[in-house]
Amino acid sequence: MSQVRKDYVRPLDLKHGRVDMTHGSGGRAMAQLIDELFMAAFDNEFLRQMNDQARFLPPAGRMVMATDSHVVSPLFFSGGDIGCLSVHGTVNDVAMSGAQPLYLSAGFILEEGFPLADLKRIVESMANAAQEAGVPIVTGDTKVVEQGKGDGVFITTTGVGVVPDGVDISGHRARAGDAILVSGFLGDHGVAIMAQREELAFDLPIRSDTAALHGLVAAMVEAVPDIHCLRDPTRGGLATTLNELALQSRAGMVIREADLPVREEVRAACEFLGLDPLYVANEGKLVAICAPEHAEALLTAMRSHPLGAAAAIVGEVIEDPHHFVQMETAFGGRRIVDWLTGEQLPRIC
Amino acid sequence: MKYIDEFRDGALARKLAADIAREADPRRRYAFMEFCGGHTHAISRYGVEDLLPPNVRMVHGPGCPVCVLPVGRIQAAIWLAQQPGVILCSYGDMLRVPGDNGLSLLKAKANGADVRMVYSSMDALKIARDNPGREVVFFAIGFETTTPPTAVVLQQARALGLGNFSVFCNHVLTPAAIQAILESPEVSTLGTVPLDGFIGPAHVSTVIGSRPYEPFAANNHKPVVISGFEPLDVMQSILMLARQVNEGRAEVENEFTRAVSRDGNRKAQALVEEVFELRESFEWRGLGRVPQSALRIREEFAPWDAECRFPVPEFSIADHKACECGAILRGVKHPRECKLFGNVCTPENPVGSCMVSSEGACAAYYTYGRFRQPGFVAG
Repeated sequence: MSQVRKDYVRPLDLKHGRVDMTHGSGGRAMAQLIDELFMAAFDNEFLRQMNDQARFLPPAGRMVMATDSHVVSPLFFSGGDIGCLSVHGTVNDVAMSGAQPLYLSAGFILEEGFPLADLKRIVESMANAAQEAGVPIVTGDTKVVEQGKGDGVFITTTGVGVVPDGVDISGHRARAGDAILVSGFLGDHGVAIMAQREELAFDLPIRSDTAALHGLVAAMVEAVPDIHCLRDPTRGGLATTLNELALQSRAGMVIREADLPVREEVRAACEFLGLDPLYVANEGKLVAICAPEHAEALLTAMRSHPLGAAAAIVGEVIEDPHHFVQMETAFGGRRIVDWLTGEQLPRIC
Repeated sequence: MKYIDEFRDGALARKLAADIAREADPRRRYAFMEFCGGHTHAISRYGVEDLLPPNVRMVHGPGCPVCVLPVGRIQAAIWLAQQPGVILCSYGDMLRVPGDNGLSLLKAKANGADVRMVYSSMDALKIARDNPGREVVFFAIGFETTTPPTAVVLQQARALGLGNFSVFCNHVLTPAAIQAILESPEVSTLGTVPLDGFIGPAHVSTVIGSRPYEPFAANNHKPVVISGFEPLDVMQSILMLARQVNEGRAEVENEFTRAVSRDGNRKAQALVEEVFELRESFEWRGLGRVPQSALRIREEFAPWDAECRFPVPEFSIADHKACECGAILRGVKHPRECKLFGNVCTPENPVGSCMVSSEGACAAYYTYGRFRQPGFVAG
């Protein structure tokens, strides 16, 4: 009886090895990387089919699709890393339509020389985030670029989901009189990242808020099916998101500074750096807009969910042909909360 | 936040607003200039003007270091950045200021120049030490607050014998600028800008103290109140100014006693004295050439003076014809009186410097206050 012996392949050195050009060449090395790292971490029935695409039955209802590229620096930060961030970012973009996210894809651009141990940490963090969210990564791609042509790892994820019937959440639906709610403390993610950049060496007990919000959204939609708008205030912070919604809805907005939830440490860090927490990124928060008569019910639903415990009603939509977002300052005056100009830079004197 | 929230308290603000309203004589008007961009920013950001009675008006002054630098000096910095082998280090606010033909340091960087944003002069020195094969130039700007840190790096460069580091010095002086405003025809003879008093700088005064303001308070009979940058500081200072006006006094008073003394920081003054000397005159945007209003690097430090090290050309470039930055910096015009404001000139596409820095009157007004402008149409 003849026996076919399996070829011996030296396992990937996930402790000391580094990404090299062969890992993106389409040959054995790439197959091994996919098999021993990505497949092992993301394992699910779709990946096990070993096809270049995932096949699934289209679910009933309206489908939504969203994509998000992640280029964060540093790759590992207090409260998270690029891996879980890339899952949460896309899950949240899908969820902001009121949808239940179903599947994710993941595209990796790796820089030659990147430590495999770091890649393993990132991939495992992604796998954990996907598992926790209950949204499998069903297809993916890996490319390697030469040293100096990337920044370690870039990850692009795409997600699909399905919106329940009767839910119509869109950025154009804010109406004068509507209430504006936020789901919790603002600015945690951006400040956690900035505190870790090398040129700003100070210690802060602030962790990124990165989290998947579809569970919170499901609870909100169950309590108030007719939510008008939902959006996650990521880059550019709350100020940018409200300006986007005001423009889309052809309306104005007034928020109250005294009602905005901002942690003491975040306020202090922003003060120190000359930043405004309203413009600092969040990765686990959302803004909701609904009819005023639904605001209390929505707030109660948000506060009953662990990711919405510090939720608050912070303002209302008004009629304004200029689509300004204004703020009543805690000091007693009024000012515009404008679009962000350039990057947030520290003031010089 | 301790030591911060106390100075932003809404209830105290309302009480102070009531005090100002009681103090302000309804039969007359009050116009006070806040010299510093830091105050302009605070007034706009916290909506201080909403809390003032209608007959008390704030006039925005020229105290924004980015705004007062003439286009020629910005063009010179761009020229330096374009020299082979040079790394130009600049504070962030300067990067977006347009020079000639709309070119800025940021655009020069996109075209291949090595321009780096630094948070302090020490960062620039470090870049020089880390890049011994490159010429590192620090684009030094600012009033008396940022001058001592520049003096420190010049001393350190000399102590280290650092051969690849130099400073392009654009440090300017506050008292000379206030004097120039008071002597301008609009204030002194034409009366088009009635000024009843000044809110004096906060951080600048921590260095120079309150004494340098005394001669012109007395000579020009204008009260000065040195104020902190928090909104309650500003309101308290407005109240103190109104009281002085009503009582016919013209004194230098210090609201910012928690940081400013009469003599200021003598150690910092000595340091500046050792490294810098007065220029006979210096061009300011809006004010023209002002005598003894800026500093240059002393001869002993010439090897670290970019203007000695490089043949920096003298660029003389006029402001955009319709740009009112000059008049706005003198307090003659309000940003909304500029034809370019909010349409051609916005923070994304600034024509004049007042629209660039967050401390500039136009940027502060555009960013925080333009809902007050009747008929304003958002872009």
